Amino acid sequence: MRTVTEVAECVRETPSTVTLRFEYAPAAEPGQFVMIWFPGDDELPMSLSYTEGTSKGVTIKAMGTTSRNVQSTTPGTRVGIRGPYGNRFDLSPRNILVVGGGSGSAVLAPAAERAARAGARLTVALGATQAPELLFRDRFAKMGARIEIATDDGSEGTKGFVTGVVDRLLQTESFDAVWTCGPEIMMQKVAVAAQPRKVPVFCSVERHMKCALGMCDACALGPLHVCVDGPVFPAERLVPLEEFARSHRDPSGRRVSFGAR
Amino acid sequence: MADLAVRLGPLALRNPFLLASGIWGESGESLAGAWRAGAGGVITKSIGERPRLGYPNPTIETYADWGMLNAMGLPNPGMDEYPKEVDVARGAGATVIGSIFGGDAAEFERLARRMEATGVVALELNLSCPHAEGYGTEIGSDPADVKEVVGAVVRAVHIPVIAKITPNTPDAAALAVAAERAGATAISAINTVRALAIDTNLRRPVLAHGLGGLSGPAIKPVGLACVWQIYEKVSVPIIGVGGISNVEDAVEYLMAGARALEVGTAVTHGGIEVFGRLAAGLSARLDELGFASVADAVGVAHSAKA
Repeated sequence: MRTVTEVAECVRETPSTVTLRFEYAPAAEPGQFVMIWFPGDDELPMSLSYTEGTSKGVTIKAMGTTSRNVQSTTPGTRVGIRGPYGNRFDLSPRNILVVGGGSGSAVLAPAAERAARAGARLTVALGATQAPELLFRDRFAKMGARIEIATDDGSEGTKGFVTGVVDRLLQTESFDAVWTCGPEIMMQKVAVAAQPRKVPVFCSVERHMKCALGMCDACALGPLHVCVDGPVFPAERLVPLEEFARSHRDPSGRRVSFGAR
Repeated sequence: MADLAVRLGPLALRNPFLLASGIWGESGESLAGAWRAGAGGVITKSIGERPRLGYPNPTIETYADWGMLNAMGLPNPGMDEYPKEVDVARGAGATVIGSIFGGDAAEFERLARRMEATGVVALELNLSCPHAEGYGTEIGSDPADVKEVVGAVVRAVHIPVIAKITPNTPDAAALAVAAERAGATAISAINTVRALAIDTNLRRPVLAHGLGGLSGPAIKPVGLACVWQIYEKVSVPIIGVGGISNVEDAVEYLMAGARALEVGTAVTHGGIEVFGRLAAGLSARLDELGFASVADAVGVAHSAKA
């Protein structure tokens, strides 16, 4: 069953991402996702970027046709919501390295907020193509997090991929856990960097989805179904998979390689 | 312990519970997972000649606990790509049945040969998808068409051919009879029941495609009636499908005349582990009822009818 609700607020977060806030009562935990339907257009799986109370939110990056159309959504637009689905981040670690690449911060921010409120120490490594695309930097700053930045073009922070920053942090400091979301190649590098230090890494994974109920197989990733087994996985379950960081499946079920970022 | 092994003609299954086509069947690793979870066999997604993206979302509408509506639109990676998925499933030891869909007998025949070559143990012909223009029910509602398609496939391959027929017709038994006469080894009944959901706030159908197919507990009585009527008209084995989510459902289908069973929608509530639970539970329930095997329970309700 879907609930039809009106978009209450649209917030332009970066040139390529918009947050839609809406009233949706069912309880949700950081890491979970909803299926959000734009009537007349598609229904997309979106991790909740706001999980607290009844005012939920999703933060959508312009990628395909629908997510591009959605960028110009106005308040009052009606959307259908079902969920929340999937698992959540384990919020128990007390000293967390958060690694967000591009729009990956969308799912990390509510988890970090919850952890910060419970007294966890947060270090946030944010990566983006360029400075204006750094998502939720201010939101992480408000949590009292230490923030390290990398941009592909060097317009802010370290020039290059955020994985360089993560390597340095893991070499010089200790953490209880790493939470990461972003391009799979980035998440894989983070997992490999953390492995020798025995820091557990949790990745939020994205796949094409249709049913979100563990039935249709659209989100198959090796033996896993991202919609019900994830979307948050310990890295050791992902790294051995032939498909992780290499390919995903298109809506027909054909394997498609990830382009180099 | 009651014997769960069943035979559908020459096809031997370790237990009667088959993964229904369309569920977990796009990837070989998922098929392997269903096999490891205890399925007696796994049926692939329906595969066509070319890759098909399926319909846009929403492709699913869910209901509290009585059913689910879907119009996926036969998404599949296409017959060029699919053999490697079958390889993975077979590599795990799974008994794999290949489901195919075509727009006419010639297309079914071409696909049948190619699916047979992947090493599947049998074919299931999708003559019953209720929501794909030019396929499924559209070519599976007339007994003459069913006979033509099944006949063409049976002549083209050496493995058992199962015809999956539609309930969206006044006389499902006539379709089964046509399939049997054309040489089908078994009949699967039923596919989903054509259905619709409308969002009243939005004044539009919920599914992107509009019409879809209903599955789950709501359609169990419909499936039972079809199996019942088919059992009286054909002598080939019947695979019962539609709303099987617990052991009692399974026993009902056996008593109505089914010899094997397909399970699909129950996976969304019970997880893939539903297969292990059903197999263990069925054995215990057959013991309680005094049946030494699945075969002994098949069709018993017919001898009691008025």
